[in-house]
Amino acid sequence: MSGAEGYNFAYLDEQTKRMIRRALLKAVAVPGYQVPFASREMPLPYGWGTGGIQVTAAVLGRDDTLKVIDQGADDTTNAVSIRRFFARTAGVATTTATAEATVIQTRHRIPEQALTEDQILVYQVPIPEPLRWLEPRETESRMLHALGDYGVMQVELYEDIAIHGKIKRAYDYPVEVAGRYLTSPSPIPKFDNPKLGDCPALQLFGAGREKRIYAIPPHTPVRSLDFEDHPFSLDHPGVPCAICGDTESYLDEIVTDDRGGRLFVCSDTDHCQSRQKEHGHAA
Amino acid sequence: MYVAVKGGEAAIDAAHAWLAEERRGDPAVPELGLDQIAQQLGLAVDRVMAEASLYDPELAALALKQAQGDVIEAVFLLRAYRTTLPRLGVSLPVDTGAMQIDRRISAAFKDLPGGQVLGPTYDYTHRLLDFTLAAHGEPPTPPCAVPQAGAMPRVLDLLADEGLIEREMPPADETGAVPDLTREPLAYPAGRALRLQGLARGDEGFLLALAYSTQRGYGRNHPFAGEIRQGQVTVEVEVPELGFAIEIGEITLTECQMINQFKGDAERPAQFTRGYGLVFGRGERKAMAMALVDRALRAEELGEAIQGPAQDEEFVLSHADNVEASGFVQHLKLPHYVDFQAELQLVRALRAQRPEEQREAAE
Repeated sequence: MSGAEGYNFAYLDEQTKRMIRRALLKAVAVPGYQVPFASREMPLPYGWGTGGIQVTAAVLGRDDTLKVIDQGADDTTNAVSIRRFFARTAGVATTTATAEATVIQTRHRIPEQALTEDQILVYQVPIPEPLRWLEPRETESRMLHALGDYGVMQVELYEDIAIHGKIKRAYDYPVEVAGRYLTSPSPIPKFDNPKLGDCPALQLFGAGREKRIYAIPPHTPVRSLDFEDHPFSLDHPGVPCAICGDTESYLDEIVTDDRGGRLFVCSDTDHCQSRQKEHGHAA
Repeated sequence: MYVAVKGGEAAIDAAHAWLAEERRGDPAVPELGLDQIAQQLGLAVDRVMAEASLYDPELAALALKQAQGDVIEAVFLLRAYRTTLPRLGVSLPVDTGAMQIDRRISAAFKDLPGGQVLGPTYDYTHRLLDFTLAAHGEPPTPPCAVPQAGAMPRVLDLLADEGLIEREMPPADETGAVPDLTREPLAYPAGRALRLQGLARGDEGFLLALAYSTQRGYGRNHPFAGEIRQGQVTVEVEVPELGFAIEIGEITLTECQMINQFKGDAERPAQFTRGYGLVFGRGERKAMAMALVDRALRAEELGEAIQGPAQDEEFVLSHADNVEASGFVQHLKLPHYVDFQAELQLVRALRAQRPEEQREAAE
């Protein structure tokens, strides 16, 4: 059973998948480099994860188990929609358990649970070019990448420190991959940046509208940009998850009333639920 | 305990059901047929075909019906279908010189071989609401147009024979593959062939505004509507086994050739230059806008100063696609809790480290 009638397994035709796989191979061979690819128009809108969906479609096999998260959660509407898309067009097994998934497509988060060598993490990327806000022209930014000339980014970060005392980037915090390419980790909170480096799983990044694919192969060094006297650091609200009590996970802030009431809970719903089961916390 | 509500399966199903109900409207009102849409809302169908880059009036009508008349949504539906179609071959270039003319006008010459043919245009209608249409009445039948027989030479060729306008030179190598931005990622500089493809499928509103901006000083190029022609052309493909071309169908096109001033430079004498627009269907507004923008984008080639966004290839081509633009603008309604949370923490941290007196002064 290949899923939706009239369409190939996982929607894309095999020629398109081959084209995407070739781009993926190049991306893995040159970590952090943005490989242009002939992105297709997908039946979901640009900005909804068309790049990630194409990458997932190209790597998905019939035996795979797919997990899709958005903002760390399996039950956000867009995650539900993409998971259904593959359940319908590929007929693959889906799961919400991080450990059971072989392919995980994500928007804006890296799962809390450590990934393994048997897993592929596919990121949805809106703007793959880390230099875009400093140099809007593709012709210029590609040249800067070719020359490895990232002074403009260093100056930007330095100016943040000079003016505000700290680097004003809370998400999409730029990284250097394998000591060479300046790379956007996609809009994950910088809290997740340390998970990018030396990760046993293959990390693939797809930007559909911008027609770029890039990769961080397993166990690749990734450095979040910083300065010797201003090392990279993480922000945390300093309270545990109100449901599972975790003090180390990334937390969503929930407004509980109109008198300033706030509650912090795990953004990773699978992580939170498995901790609740383990520790017998009631939700 | 507060439980985070994050949408979910039931909400999506309910939303889709509601949408289907909205689309159908009152069941007591007869449902629209695709033939009604294709026949009676033909200009909307044409626009959907043009911006979706797929010539199929029936599917475009279906897309419009499914999208409740939202043109960009209909373009999106048709594009997402088109992208799955195999490329079986490439047609021969269509010959607009041999077009079966419905309309042909020139603003540059009062009369010319073949004459001025107004065709079915809104140009000289008075925009008064016609209440007989609302009352299910039919307006008086106008005299039937006589199909134009005989030669209708291109206006610009008349000028080219005198050397007053640049000749359109075919590319040095015509045997190579036709560039296609839907099959290869666009790289800059894109060149004119890809630019024209990008403009032909670009958003009409965006091109209209850019074209308008060149008329208001942001990259002025002194245009005259040399010729606008609208009608049917035949599409031919060469089948290798046969060794000759066969007709596979007929499509309606609108072509606009602008004549633009060029002062000349060290190598070239003063002469007129061209801007070119070609769209599926009866998209005259779009064809004219496209021709103006095409000419504006030739600024670099012709050594003109770049003074406006319409002259900037990367700016125009990266923002002309309405399916891309619509998706990315609207993706802002997807959840961004995680990033917003990170920003909240950052703003709190920045405020916390500010000296007390500064904070008081600010408040």
